[in-house]
Amino acid sequence: MKPILALARTDIVLYLGNRKALLVSLVAPILIAAFFGSVLGGAPKKAIRIPIAVTDLDGSAVSKKIVAAIAADATFEVQSPGDEAARDLVRRGKIRAAVVLPKGFGDEAAKALFRRDARKPEVTVHYDPSQSTTLALVKGLLAQHAMQAVAQSAFSPTEGRKFIADSRRDVESAATMKPESKQDLLALFDSLDRIQARAKAEPASGQAGGGFGGFQMPFATKEIEVTSGERRKYNAYAHSFAGMGVQFVLFMGVELGMGLLLMRRQGIWKRLRAAPITRSMLLSSRIVSGTVIAVALMIGIYAAGIAAFDVRIEGSVTGFIGVLVAFGMLTATFGLLIAALGGSPEATRGIAIVATLLMVMLGGAWVPTFVFPDWLQTATLAMPTRWAIDGLAAMTWRGLGIEEALAPIGVMLAFSVAFGLLALARFRWEE
Amino acid sequence: MLQAIDLHKSYGDKVAVAGISLEARPGEILGLLGPNGAGKSTTVAMICGIARPDRGTVSLAGERLEGDESPLKQRLGLVPQDISLFEELPALENLRLFGRLYGLDGTLLAERCTAALTLVGLAGEAKAKPSTFSGGMKRRLNIACALVHDPDVLVLDEPTVGVDPQSRNAIFGNLETLRARGKALVYTTHYMEEVERLCDRIVIVDHGKVIASDTKANLHRLLPATAKRRVEIEGEIDDALLARLASMGLAVRGETGASLESVFLHLTGRELRD
Ligand SMILES: Nc1ncnc2c1ncn2[C@@H]1O[C@H](COP(=O)(O)OP(=O)(O)OP(=O)(O)O)[C@@H](O)[C@H]1O
Ligand SMILES: [Mg+2]
Repeated sequence: MKPILALARTDIVLYLGNRKALLVSLVAPILIAAFFGSVLGGAPKKAIRIPIAVTDLDGSAVSKKIVAAIAADATFEVQSPGDEAARDLVRRGKIRAAVVLPKGFGDEAAKALFRRDARKPEVTVHYDPSQSTTLALVKGLLAQHAMQAVAQSAFSPTEGRKFIADSRRDVESAATMKPESKQDLLALFDSLDRIQARAKAEPASGQAGGGFGGFQMPFATKEIEVTSGERRKYNAYAHSFAGMGVQFVLFMGVELGMGLLLMRRQGIWKRLRAAPITRSMLLSSRIVSGTVIAVALMIGIYAAGIAAFDVRIEGSVTGFIGVLVAFGMLTATFGLLIAALGGSPEATRGIAIVATLLMVMLGGAWVPTFVFPDWLQTATLAMPTRWAIDGLAAMTWRGLGIEEALAPIGVMLAFSVAFGLLALARFRWEE
Repeated sequence: MLQAIDLHKSYGDKVAVAGISLEARPGEILGLLGPNGAGKSTTVAMICGIARPDRGTVSLAGERLEGDESPLKQRLGLVPQDISLFEELPALENLRLFGRLYGLDGTLLAERCTAALTLVGLAGEAKAKPSTFSGGMKRRLNIACALVHDPDVLVLDEPTVGVDPQSRNAIFGNLETLRARGKALVYTTHYMEEVERLCDRIVIVDHGKVIASDTKANLHRLLPATAKRRVEIEGEIDDALLARLASMGLAVRGETGASLESVFLHLTGRELRD
């Protein structure tokens, strides 16, 4: 045990003594995590608005109302540069979609509200194909605002009168309509007429028709993100710090493995071999030092995230530490595996870095795994990095209890044991 | 004390050592002399348990040296051919680490470290990092690191490469001290004059084989009596003596009568340089 601790201590002292390397291992992940975090939404402050353009070729009261409603919607950042210019902005990726309300929209829309055979005005939505989810959003919100505006004006005491009169004429002259349908519709127009007349007589009551203002959305939505707490929101930094921490700490693991490969070429190796220590003692010392350094780096990286980017350990702190330690062991044994399987240090470093990048990418360090397609979400469970990042997510922004840390810890320890045994079996010790 | 019998070692097709035997005795320095690639370092590796011999045995005090954790390793010290130090770890920390690898701790470790540093004249540099040392200082520390666990047998693989005469003389002095304490030393080199000055018995190897093994005096007798020889004579040598030697038909060359090293040391002094 004494030699193991002495060797581990030496590794740690040498690592911490190399201020420049240490700074890179700490500063690089913090800077990159800050960048990714801010790009992917930053800390929870204001919702992002989707930039779109609306072109009103109609200019009617109804179309104006729709444009105003869309502009007032917090989801959108609306501009009206004109049809051509708007399309160009979409093409260049400056805005996500361009909506065009055609000429005659107001009239036709109101008619189409009651008549199945009426011509429906065509609203065009030009959209950026790389942003196809926005299309659904734009269509949905457009439907809501158009419905409200059209219905409101159809039943309003001012514009509504002309519309009722027009509709009455259309229905009376309609040749194909059944007489009883005609009768019912005309009765409906009569009662609407009365509501409008009353509203006009007492405008002080505010809302047209004394509370009747056309059709409304029959429900309101209250959106609450389900994360750790009611008052806390998903923090993109919580993910980016986990991701970049995992990535750069694994890089450090690769470097530790490289160190072992390089050491074999030096006289120090002969001293170690001449001393009464075994291969497993040397490898154990490396696991100890690698784990300690990895945990220290992760704590340093998270400290920056907590201090400057509002990252919080909302879940179990014990669980969080457990995940860090398990990930530290994973890092250390990963480094050993590289040293055991690697050939020359030069060739090995390149391969090891690529393997690490693949592992962190598939583990969800760059983009969260929940945006992966289903099959990939399942497949990446085979990546130990996935468990590291999921475990960190569970203990930070998801705010889960220690029981949710057990699976990630268990899986990472299992990987560590497998890596460690493989390294022990393959590590060249005899000359 | 240390016995190696019929050691063999090949790396793939390359035969590095093909039957080397040697014995190191307490209170003696054994010279292992051979040109580059002769198999000296490979022999040293097998003696110290670094490389497993393909054939042959190494034993210490009658016991076979086998296995990584063999307690016999405690009684062996190795000074590798390359400088083998953690350059960014202070000198004392290097010694401590290597002491701990042999299970030392506490005051014993501290004492041994101080003793080793003092022996090689680096007591004042305990806190300095080897990366700031000169070549000679590194070589001396390289030797000290093999002494912390106070081995009975010290194996040195070309320990004086790249050092100035001051450091070399100091190292020779250290080794002579160790010999006087009853240690068995194996000294590997390809410098004849080092062997001449230091070693009691000599094993000459080439192409992985022993080509001669004997005391210095006996090796000299290997040459025919009439062969050309160069000898060094120490003491007051005056012109009259030289003239007499010349009159006996011997070639007397050189102008000053002293070796260049004597001149060099006369000019630069004998103190150790850092
Ligand atoms: N690990 C190895 N793999 C392959 N060949 C080796 C290895 N180590 C030594 N050799 C070869 O074995 C031979 C003996 O090498 P060794 O290092 O023992 O020589 P040496 O006498 O110590 O030489 P030098 O004076 O240059 O240090 C050399 O030809 C060398 O190339
Ligand atoms: Mg050699």
